[in-house]
Amino acid sequence: MPTERIGAIAIIWGLLVQFWPVWLALAIILVPSMVYRRRLGLYGQLFDTGVGIAGVAICLFWLFTAIFSQVVAPFDPLGQIVAMKDALPGSVVPDSGGVYLLGGDKLARDVFSRMVYGSRIVLIIAPAATLFALMVGTTLGLPAGYYGGRIDTILSFLANLVLAFPVILLFYLLVTPGIMDTPLPYALAGVFFIFPVIFFSVLFWTRFKNRPERLYPLLAVTILLGGWVYVGLVFDKDPLGIVSIRPNELNIFVAVVFASAPGVFRIVRGLAMDIKTRDYVAAAQTRGEGPWYIMLWEILPNARGPLIVDTCLRIGYTTILLGTLGYFGLGLAPESPDWGTAIKEASRLLRATIHPALPPVFALMSFVLGLNLLADALREQSLKD
Amino acid sequence: MLTFILRRLGGMVLTMVCLTLVVFFMVNLEPNLTKLALSQMDMRASRADQEQWLERNGYRQPFLVRYGQWMGVVKKQPIISRATGQPTARFSFCNDPVEPAYSGVLQGDFGCSTKFRTPVATKLFPALGATGILMMWVLIVMVPVSLLIGILAGMREGSRTDRSLSVVSIASTATPEYVSGVIFTVVFASWLGWLNGSAASAARGITFYNFTLPVITLAIYGIGYIARMTRASMVEVMMQQYIRTARLKGLSFRAVVVKHALRNALIAPFTVIMLQFPWLLTGVVVVETMFRYQGFGYTLVEAASNNDIDLLLGCSLVSVFVVLITQLISDVGYAYLNPRIRVQ
Repeated sequence: MPTERIGAIAIIWGLLVQFWPVWLALAIILVPSMVYRRRLGLYGQLFDTGVGIAGVAICLFWLFTAIFSQVVAPFDPLGQIVAMKDALPGSVVPDSGGVYLLGGDKLARDVFSRMVYGSRIVLIIAPAATLFALMVGTTLGLPAGYYGGRIDTILSFLANLVLAFPVILLFYLLVTPGIMDTPLPYALAGVFFIFPVIFFSVLFWTRFKNRPERLYPLLAVTILLGGWVYVGLVFDKDPLGIVSIRPNELNIFVAVVFASAPGVFRIVRGLAMDIKTRDYVAAAQTRGEGPWYIMLWEILPNARGPLIVDTCLRIGYTTILLGTLGYFGLGLAPESPDWGTAIKEASRLLRATIHPALPPVFALMSFVLGLNLLADALREQSLKD
Repeated sequence: MLTFILRRLGGMVLTMVCLTLVVFFMVNLEPNLTKLALSQMDMRASRADQEQWLERNGYRQPFLVRYGQWMGVVKKQPIISRATGQPTARFSFCNDPVEPAYSGVLQGDFGCSTKFRTPVATKLFPALGATGILMMWVLIVMVPVSLLIGILAGMREGSRTDRSLSVVSIASTATPEYVSGVIFTVVFASWLGWLNGSAASAARGITFYNFTLPVITLAIYGIGYIARMTRASMVEVMMQQYIRTARLKGLSFRAVVVKHALRNALIAPFTVIMLQFPWLLTGVVVVETMFRYQGFGYTLVEAASNNDIDLLLGCSLVSVFVVLITQLISDVGYAYLNPRIRVQ
């Protein structure tokens, strides 16, 4: 055990200093946003309330921490310095003079650096998985709610089938190490990743089908971009070598999309059922608009308020799901610095040492809290319009 | 209404068949069977030994035959012992039939747990009872608290009460069980020493000392969510024309809230509470693992991590049943509460 330690004030000061690139970036973004908030539309209106400012600031804080994690973290998240096993917060590393600001864990790694690097994993997977779930849920939920009848019965049956699984059972079945030997995750990925392409193609087609000069460029961009990402993610054969994903990450990604898409489906279906009885939908039907035009350009924009809020909340929910995966040791490698895995490792030893458990716990909580505050502020603003 | 419920029950049976088929398919994937064989034999068993074990215990029969046997629509065949030529039971620790017989879920035989070396029923149902007690206490804490918070907050939108209660409920939705569990354990067990950080002793008797942490840990996440939904619904109702009419005709604020707003505002939270059950099931798994409470969640984790096929199927059947029943109640209740949506 190292004998030399720094005091509490020095620890707090040290943490503030370590985050300097984050503070700088926050200042660069937040100050102009505050000054020009009247001209920034919905985003600017967020700065009118304390809740909105807090939400934006916390979300941006973690975003910048993830981006600058190499600068912020003083140590390698996987590096072990044997003398620092279970070191208390503020312990000075012998020889090098660096400080384990939040202490060391049972494998003598720096808890602070692991938390910072963990944000990187969480902030990549959670928002991306949510966006895919949103695409899948919207594309299926709109026709289910609008047409009703048999389409609704079948799609709702499938959604309920997935919703009827307890999430954890689903994860245990979908994210076991053996499953990567079977084609199942790739098949599911193949199904899910096609939805954004379909969504945007239909979106542009219904709006611009009589204006080819707008339609064809948009369709071309959609199919090119979508196809590029699709090939990269599902088959791992991106010709440019930019888009690629490791098999275990694809597995987690697919499981998370699979678990949260039915929730989006239910919400969109409910909104569509509600909105289709409104007068402006009847007006569009009388004008002779096609059903997909009505769904995508009449119903969807009017469902945007609840949907934006739901997306913000759902990113938080996905973060929680990801943490659950980590907590049960599914999918992510046991030495991975993500918050869920770190909480699992630390919570087993809570009787002996508590300090390795708290940083990932508060990191996860504050990030989800930031998203929820943001969602709340957005909801307030979208109601005012 | 009756035909609606009957149709829904039919749909439920179909859903359960589909889901158990899916689970059956997943647990019988080749890597999972290998895992099972390895956990039942010693870890260094050769590929041929594993194959022989799987063959001997009937895991190599056709998929649908085995599913039918599990369901109880196909006869279970005993194993003919190689040494004696006599039919023997598959596992000595369960009384599997020694002669061909229909013995599946439909006959009330849930199969044999390879992990706990006992019939599934003797493991699963006591565990369910334990979880039922936990769930009951969670609901007793969660529902009144969350509805109260939601109504108080949504009653006067934008007031100070609303803002502070909203922040509280937002904070509670941001703390999943594995986060609040750690925080509560650190504060109440490690630091203050008031409560026990383990609920293992709850099996012998529930006390405030050993059961409070699991209950509040499980309740806290749901409280925020239900309260937010109640608040949103309450705010929406309070902006309706008929509330303004009621106010303008001279009713007191209290009378408007209690008589006009509450019933309409509670439709959405009702659905939300019912749909919380799937999430509560997951929460149960986290909490029971964290606090070492031997209930359903603990059983599910053990079954899943050891690929204990019959036990896992039993667990899925139970959880799916719970979820579907709550969905049915939610839909029937929603139609009953909201006259604008009629059941066709």
